[in-house]
Amino acid sequence: MSSHRTPGIAAGRLPDQTLAQNFADYPPPLDAHEAAVAADRCYFCHDAPCITACPTEIDIPMFIRQISTGTADAAAMTIWDQNILGGMCARVCPVEQLCEGACVREAAEGKPVEIGRLQRYATDHAMDRGQPYTRAAPTGHRIAVVGAGPSGLAAAHRLARHGHDVTIFDARPKAGGLNEYGIATYKTTQDFARREVEWLLDIGGITVEAGKALGRDISLDGLRADFDAVFLGMGLAGVNALRASGEAHEGVMDAVDFIAALRQAPDRAQVAIGRDVVVIGGGMTAVDAAVQARLLGAENVTMVYRRSRDRMSASQHEQDHATTTGVKIITNAMPKAVHGNGQVSEIEFEYTAEGPDGLRGTGETFSLRADQVFKAIGQMIEGVPEGLRLEGGKIVVDDNRRTSLPGVWAGGDCATGGEDLTVTAVAHGRDAAEDIHRMLAARAG
Amino acid sequence: MANLATDFIGIRSPNPFWLASAPPTDKEYNVRRAYEAGWGGVVWKTLGTDPPVVNVNGPRYGVMYAGDRQVMALNNIELITDRPLDVNLREIKAVKRDWPDRALVISLMVPCDEESWKEILHRIEDTGADGVELNFGCPHGMAERGMGSAVGQVPEYIEMVTRWVKQHSRMPCIVKLTPNVTDIRPAAEAARRGGADAVSLINTVNSITGVNLDTFSPEPSIDGKGTHGGLCGPAVKPIALHMVAEIARNPATVGLPISGIGGVTTWRDAAEFLALGAGNVQACTVAMTYGFKVVQELISGLSQYLDEKGIDSVGDLVGRATPNVTDWQYLNLNYVTKAVIDQDLCIKCGRCYAACEDTSHQAISMSADRVFEVMDDECVACNICVNVCPVEDCITMVELEKGTVDPRTGLVVGDYANWTTHPNNPSAREAAE
Ligand SMILES: Cc1cc2nc3c(=O)[nH]c(=O)nc-3n(C[C@H](O)[C@H](O)[C@H](O)COP(=O)(O)OP(=O)(O)OC[C@H]3O[C@@H](n4cnc5c(N)ncnc54)[C@H](O)[C@@H]3O)c2cc1C
Ligand SMILES: Cc1cc2nc3c(=O)[nH]c(=O)nc-3n(C[C@H](O)[C@H](O)[C@H](O)COP(=O)(O)O)c2cc1C
Ligand code: SF4
Repeated sequence: MSSHRTPGIAAGRLPDQTLAQNFADYPPPLDAHEAAVAADRCYFCHDAPCITACPTEIDIPMFIRQISTGTADAAAMTIWDQNILGGMCARVCPVEQLCEGACVREAAEGKPVEIGRLQRYATDHAMDRGQPYTRAAPTGHRIAVVGAGPSGLAAAHRLARHGHDVTIFDARPKAGGLNEYGIATYKTTQDFARREVEWLLDIGGITVEAGKALGRDISLDGLRADFDAVFLGMGLAGVNALRASGEAHEGVMDAVDFIAALRQAPDRAQVAIGRDVVVIGGGMTAVDAAVQARLLGAENVTMVYRRSRDRMSASQHEQDHATTTGVKIITNAMPKAVHGNGQVSEIEFEYTAEGPDGLRGTGETFSLRADQVFKAIGQMIEGVPEGLRLEGGKIVVDDNRRTSLPGVWAGGDCATGGEDLTVTAVAHGRDAAEDIHRMLAARAG
Repeated sequence: MANLATDFIGIRSPNPFWLASAPPTDKEYNVRRAYEAGWGGVVWKTLGTDPPVVNVNGPRYGVMYAGDRQVMALNNIELITDRPLDVNLREIKAVKRDWPDRALVISLMVPCDEESWKEILHRIEDTGADGVELNFGCPHGMAERGMGSAVGQVPEYIEMVTRWVKQHSRMPCIVKLTPNVTDIRPAAEAARRGGADAVSLINTVNSITGVNLDTFSPEPSIDGKGTHGGLCGPAVKPIALHMVAEIARNPATVGLPISGIGGVTTWRDAAEFLALGAGNVQACTVAMTYGFKVVQELISGLSQYLDEKGIDSVGDLVGRATPNVTDWQYLNLNYVTKAVIDQDLCIKCGRCYAACEDTSHQAISMSADRVFEVMDDECVACNICVNVCPVEDCITMVELEKGTVDPRTGLVVGDYANWTTHPNNPSAREAAE
């Protein structure tokens, strides 16, 4: 059996029990008593700031009041009416930047109402009762959705509710997008992503064609010809390169691939991890890779970000989570070269400074031991079909989430508008579906 | 989905939730937004004769809080509408025209003579309103002028005024009762004799919410002085429930429709009023505390409850609990329960122990490591431990099965038997002799 200190890349650094503990639900669910106490703290604010702060504008005071009065099922409906992936969002939303950050009790006592955990309480409770929505009378309209991530799923569900038939095409073998392949393991335990997708699809009228990639197996022109409308929700399939020498060494990989492999591993004890791991980047992906490397038993995990701490896109809460898990965070340093003999053994950095013409190296360098290097310096859009207008690496959409091509809508990470978050993707998918529905209804009428 | 629509004395509304006559219903601007938010009906703020009354210009409300400033009760010294009659009538007409599916009832209070009543009924005739509610309830300000609770406390007056109203108007007539009486039944009986189509209750309860200990003025303080006001909100619900139940089961008023009012805050409160015999409910304080939107919880909660119970409509819930309201002497003395503490849920605060040890029957034991257990041979099932426990369902009452021995009394738990036949009851002994 290996340990923290086993050199190189090794599996099973921690006993099974420790691994199970490390990857248990975080934060854990509320029980009924905890939920009652937490719900009691909500003031039922007028035109509540938390609602405004939620990209899907869930009526938070209302669902909390419904929990208070013992009707968690009604609470869940209040959530799902706005956000059909409210269960996942309750687990993964950076609530300290969204609803909870806006809570008036954050201002009053520095301790917001625990909105995320209460949302989870309601949705977990009600999900056991099956899919609550039914479909409107069939319209005969067919809509293609590309990508079975949160944006595509939200769009598909809303369209199916309106009576349209939906086909989702996804390049991957499983539906769920980053809910299934990206979100940190401890945020979505017990196969929640899969269960939520199955629950969502139970509404009927949605066919998932897995393993079908746009640009490889299907074309946008073909979809536009065969369907009444197309929604693109294919996320950001590409990964930015490091632009440091030696990137091709064994052991240097994309953080998202490491995370996906971990998410899909049937047994975490079989997932190999380095003794010394270096993660490059300052976002959510970097934090998730670093934290999970620690949880697998890596001895030294260092996150290196090229700008200052306050420029990191990972929230303060996530940074704190990383450091309490034992991740060391180094800022203002950029990778210069990866060294090793086939296999990476060391990575060299140069300190940086912000100047008038942007970031530059100061000339001062240092090196970190590394068995593994995870690159988390941003994802990018890949294989955009011709004819779509792009801006800043995203498909340009208007307020109704229409692209520059007639009959084509887009949302989620691949399109403009809002931050790259699960909840934003859900809002986009839902709103696009409503616009598609309005357009089809107008055409039919 | 259960049907929430109700038909209360011929007045239809999409749900049983009406706003009671009070500030939330005192003008067109409010009532329109209340309807938009989902309220099934409103009873317009009480109209009177011109010139309108004047209100105090200092604070008119007092409050009673639970922990964390949760409003448990409001107290008010507000009078009936202080706006001219024709303004109110114009607005009522406009609102009702735009919201035909919502109930709109006009609350009235005029001096206690037939002419005044005839006159106001004539004035409201063409507003399109669905009915009238006679405000015999306000305990402050108006009572001193011979109106409000001054009428409501005298059954003969209630009967007389109700009769006038039925004579001079074809509108359905609801009589709103004051709880500031020792027995609510004579008032309801009088309303029925006068021809009322329904009663509504309760109006507010006479009260002083507090005293400022620096200025020694009662709250709310008007220039250093205070007066009794009307209490409403969650704290008055138990009083209201009792009064509703008394009217629902009183042989002289059985079947008289009741609009339940007093502390309706959640769907559960509403369901309780309905179960005790109210045909719908009215609310004021919940809206004054949280705004109109709060009705959505009442709607979703009652729907979920009815669905879970397999009850198809609100009407099918009405009166389900009425037959179970009885008098003390008919309670089953052979119904024996014991408190049971769930050790897994117990957080070891010891409140049950303090309550039982100091104020009840010394039936809970406490170990050195703070394990609290009920001693069945001491427990009289008073329920105080259940009531003071901060954790829901941690302490529950468990019934002893028939045929088992109650370790406290040594008696076998037998069949139903009540006080009327108990050997310790002197009148029962006499009857047997
Ligand atoms: C590691 C990581 C952790 C994250 N953690 C959080 C978090 O904790 N909280 C949070 O709110 N957000 C988090 N995010 C962001 C969040 O996951 C995304 O914003 C969200 O999933 C975007 O949804 P989407 O529907 O746009 O795309 P995705 O979830 O990326 O789904 C896109 C889908 O399209 C498919 N696809 C791609 N290309 C094609 C093609 N050519 N043809 C067919 N199908 C295609 C993909 O297989 C995928 O299933 C995280 C992201 C990453 C990478
Ligand atoms: C500020 C205030 C003013 C009120 N004015 C009237 C009134 O004009 N006419 C009336 O019949 N009841 C009036 N009431 C009583 C309410 O209609 C209602 O009976 C009472 O508040 C109990 O209901 P609640 O506990 O839901 O508030 C008033 C109550 C309040 C708080
Ligand atoms: S609520 Fe406050 S601001 Fe509004 S009228 Fe009353 S005292 Fe004035």
